[in-house]
Amino acid sequence: MTTDAPARPEPVSQPESDRYWEGARNEELWLQRDKATGEYQFYPRAFSVSTPGGELEWVKASGNATLHTFGIVHVPPHPGFMGEIPYITAIVELEEGPKMAANIVGVEPEPENLEIGMALKVVFTKISDDYTLPNFTPA
Amino acid sequence: MPNLNRLKALSGQSAIVGVAESDQIGNVPDKSPLAHHAEAAINALDDAGLSLSDVDGLMTAGWSTLDVGEYLGIHPRFTDSTSVGGSSFVIHIAHAIAAIQAGYCEVALITHGQAGRNDRAGVPANLGTPQNQYERPYGIIGPPVSYAMAARRYMHQYGEDRTREAMANIAVSTRKWANMNEKAYFYDRPATFDDYHESRWIVWPFHLLDCCLVTDAGAAIVVTTAERAKDCAKGGVAILGAAEGHDHSMISQMPDLTRAFGRNTGQQALDMAGVSHSDLDLMMIYDSFTYTVLVSLENLGFCGPGEGPDLVANQRTAPGGDFPVNTSGGGLSYTHPGMYGIFTVLEAVRQLRGETGDRQLDDCNLAVAHGTGGYLSSTGTVILASP
Repeated sequence: MTTDAPARPEPVSQPESDRYWEGARNEELWLQRDKATGEYQFYPRAFSVSTPGGELEWVKASGNATLHTFGIVHVPPHPGFMGEIPYITAIVELEEGPKMAANIVGVEPEPENLEIGMALKVVFTKISDDYTLPNFTPA
Repeated sequence: MPNLNRLKALSGQSAIVGVAESDQIGNVPDKSPLAHHAEAAINALDDAGLSLSDVDGLMTAGWSTLDVGEYLGIHPRFTDSTSVGGSSFVIHIAHAIAAIQAGYCEVALITHGQAGRNDRAGVPANLGTPQNQYERPYGIIGPPVSYAMAARRYMHQYGEDRTREAMANIAVSTRKWANMNEKAYFYDRPATFDDYHESRWIVWPFHLLDCCLVTDAGAAIVVTTAERAKDCAKGGVAILGAAEGHDHSMISQMPDLTRAFGRNTGQQALDMAGVSHSDLDLMMIYDSFTYTVLVSLENLGFCGPGEGPDLVANQRTAPGGDFPVNTSGGGLSYTHPGMYGIFTVLEAVRQLRGETGDRQLDDCNLAVAHGTGGYLSSTGTVILASP
């Protein structure tokens, strides 16, 4: 993208997600896990969905995932993505259990290059000084 | 869990007595969203033979009822700004009958207005929401991206070719209905299967003709007691069943991309009404995308998971077919200003009253109107009966 192109939208970290975005800046994917049940949750909350009122801990994820579904965006839904089209959006299923949204990178954006269930691994895309996004690429 | 016995006691106790669009719908550059609300409100009250001074309950979505109430100059005693996407206005009907039967109000006005094409202000984003942290930065913004990913998952589970054929069937049959509705954006524009397959990609697997319109429009509904409905200009369309609920907000957190909340609201609304699927003469199903109709019909229980493509095959849903769906032309071809759910009810009421001219169904006595909101997030379902 050229410097005068409209910027991609950035997240605005909330107190319960500061740890997540700090991890991403260091090119690590961090998840919350319920201490009692061992269940992971995405996205970060100040609340355990598995055990309401229960305690959470932060754990570094393996970075392994499978492709749950995807789409290929041809018409940018925001001017910040004008220079990115066509791009692949996806929902991935993390090895730890939860699902999250991401872009699939390192693949030509054609349907035949993507198979639901394919193995993926996390990679990181820096979008600004403050934010780096976890993304996925074929393992 | 909902108390079915108490819900059954509400069945048929309230009625829709007025429905209307705003004065012009489609491409309306000289009207604000609130102007659409106000025009539709006055038109729907006229349809009922009532006036603004009769209204003591106000409901809207997208806007606060404070803004709409002030604009209309009314002082409601019951207020509900439940805003959970395009299904909201169908959900308001459930709230209206509860409020009316509990005694909070007697004449509930539900209004909608959006300048989807020509809004000068746009909609501010709350950048602190989970969606704006975990989806928006990836370019997962707005309905087409999210619904396309749900449709791709459906294709994986139930077959890509038959899903594609089903989506094409829905696009073409809905356009045929629009060609019979002079208020429809595509009234004069037929569409063939070739047009469908050749239309450009918006978000693969969605072609342009998988996607709803973006228009300017308003609509309103007036609800009152079955008793008062007898004195209204056109009588009342009885509200036999109504149900609502939601699962998630972001598409990435949807528990199952092929099972939306209609899996619960369909059966609940039918049970409350005391009728079954085969009793229904008209299916008004929110069609933000072709896929939304396919998955909603399954979720509502018209067929089993993965059987939707057989249900909509061979233009059964088109004019002359034995399973009429979206006879107004739907969000795909009639109008879709952003939150379309209220328009499913307008057409259902008009078909039940026998007012729809060339596209009027024979013996239309019972209809379902089903709204979906957000990213397959929320649903509202109502069962309506002819006067």
